Amino acid sequence: MDARIGVLALQGNVSEHIDAFLLALERMGHGSSSEVFEVRSPADLAECSVLAIPGGESTTISRLIDKNSLYDPIRVFKGGIFATCAGMVLMATRVDDPRVRPLGLIEMTVDRNAFGRQRESFEADLPVAGLVGKPFHAVFIRAPVVSRTGKSVKVLARINKGIVAVEYGRHVAFSFHPELGNDTRLHELFLHKNGY
Amino acid sequence: MKLKELRFGTELLKRGFASMQKGGVIMDVVDAGQAKIAEEAGAVAVMSLERVPSDIRKAGGVARMADPEKVTEIIEAVSIPVMGKVRIGHFVEAQVLEVLGVDMIDESEVLTPADEQYHIDKKQFKVPFVCGARDLGEALRRINEGAAMIRTKGEAGTGNVVEAVRHMRTIMGEIRMLRGMDRQEMIDYAREIEAPAELVIECAERGRLPVVNFSAGGIATPSDAALMMQLGADGVFVGSGIFKSSSPERMAKAIVEAVNHFDDPKVIAKVSTGLGDAMPGLDVHKLSEDEVLQTRGR
Repeated sequence: MDARIGVLALQGNVSEHIDAFLLALERMGHGSSSEVFEVRSPADLAECSVLAIPGGESTTISRLIDKNSLYDPIRVFKGGIFATCAGMVLMATRVDDPRVRPLGLIEMTVDRNAFGRQRESFEADLPVAGLVGKPFHAVFIRAPVVSRTGKSVKVLARINKGIVAVEYGRHVAFSFHPELGNDTRLHELFLHKNGY
Repeated sequence: MKLKELRFGTELLKRGFASMQKGGVIMDVVDAGQAKIAEEAGAVAVMSLERVPSDIRKAGGVARMADPEKVTEIIEAVSIPVMGKVRIGHFVEAQVLEVLGVDMIDESEVLTPADEQYHIDKKQFKVPFVCGARDLGEALRRINEGAAMIRTKGEAGTGNVVEAVRHMRTIMGEIRMLRGMDRQEMIDYAREIEAPAELVIECAERGRLPVVNFSAGGIATPSDAALMMQLGADGVFVGSGIFKSSSPERMAKAIVEAVNHFDDPKVIAKVSTGLGDAMPGLDVHKLSEDEVLQTRGR
């Protein structure tokens, strides 16, 4: 089946997500009929079978989701969502900052900038449930953590600060940035989970 | 679990941070009140400084890093990243901003240079740097010193976009020119523009700079911001353009929307309507030699 992968392109790390999904599709042996494209409007969203919400500034992206009339369309979007960093913040039911209006798609509470400022950003090898082979080299940039999850949310990775990767239905969310670097295993896992 | 072998301040983390700012507007602010207005309007980050560039021009004298009290006040006021400006070559001002917790340091020609020979050795820092550039050679020299983000210099504090356009067109044009060159020609060209050959080759392969490239120096209206995006900027810095306009809240929001919809003139028309006065502008050709900021550092 052909995947139609939309990347929410309001602000942030958009082109890196597009490149990572293209690489993942190639590695999975998908033909050129699968597509990866930018999503800026409800009409674009209607074209997608799955959606990625990239990292960026969560307060800015939240504002622009409202401004672009995407809040309700994303909430009722039928496909899986691949969310990273700011994207994870937006997927939550509760966020520790009133300036963000979360989409409420994964039952969890997320704390923004949980590690501190940019100087506290870090890289580390992280075991992620469901991944075969070596740990995932995770890049945390002013990253959030999940402080609470609902019963049906599956925790994929946890560190001493809190939960940093979750799965819920067709959705996945990561505190870190799988789109930085050449390891596409998490992208592939997500596409596989969504039937591709 | 407890993670082992955490690595901080790597090139990937620095460039990754810069990349998260893409498609965004970074606004100059001088106090907590302005920082909150910028955050509320949808800025991706704020730049803390003592005075906005047009006031630096008026004040004259030596322009330095902001008072740490001001920087801390701004850091405490907002949840978005806070950047800060230091003088070219002034690595101690940079050390101070790093200790204060600033998320990115701008080694900026808007302040009075502290070193006329050397820029800061940016690889010695954990915090990422942004630096100004007017052409490809200058951009690649800064990247070679460790800059994680480039901003075209423009001419700060003028409200006149002409220099920003010149510098963006120059860099984009030089990168386009690389496409027609073979390896030997690229190496020769690298020598000519005084840039490391491997970075020139990397630009040719990627068809862009190896780091994010923002536009700065003279953006005063939503149309100016969209113009720079259409010319290829990854995002924009707005200095005096917001808080020297007659209605800063509205101008800030309008510029954020114009950057988000930079290729949709209908949206730009809508957000530009009834905005009040933009900041007063200056003719860059009438600046005397010592009033031109862009020639500081090369």
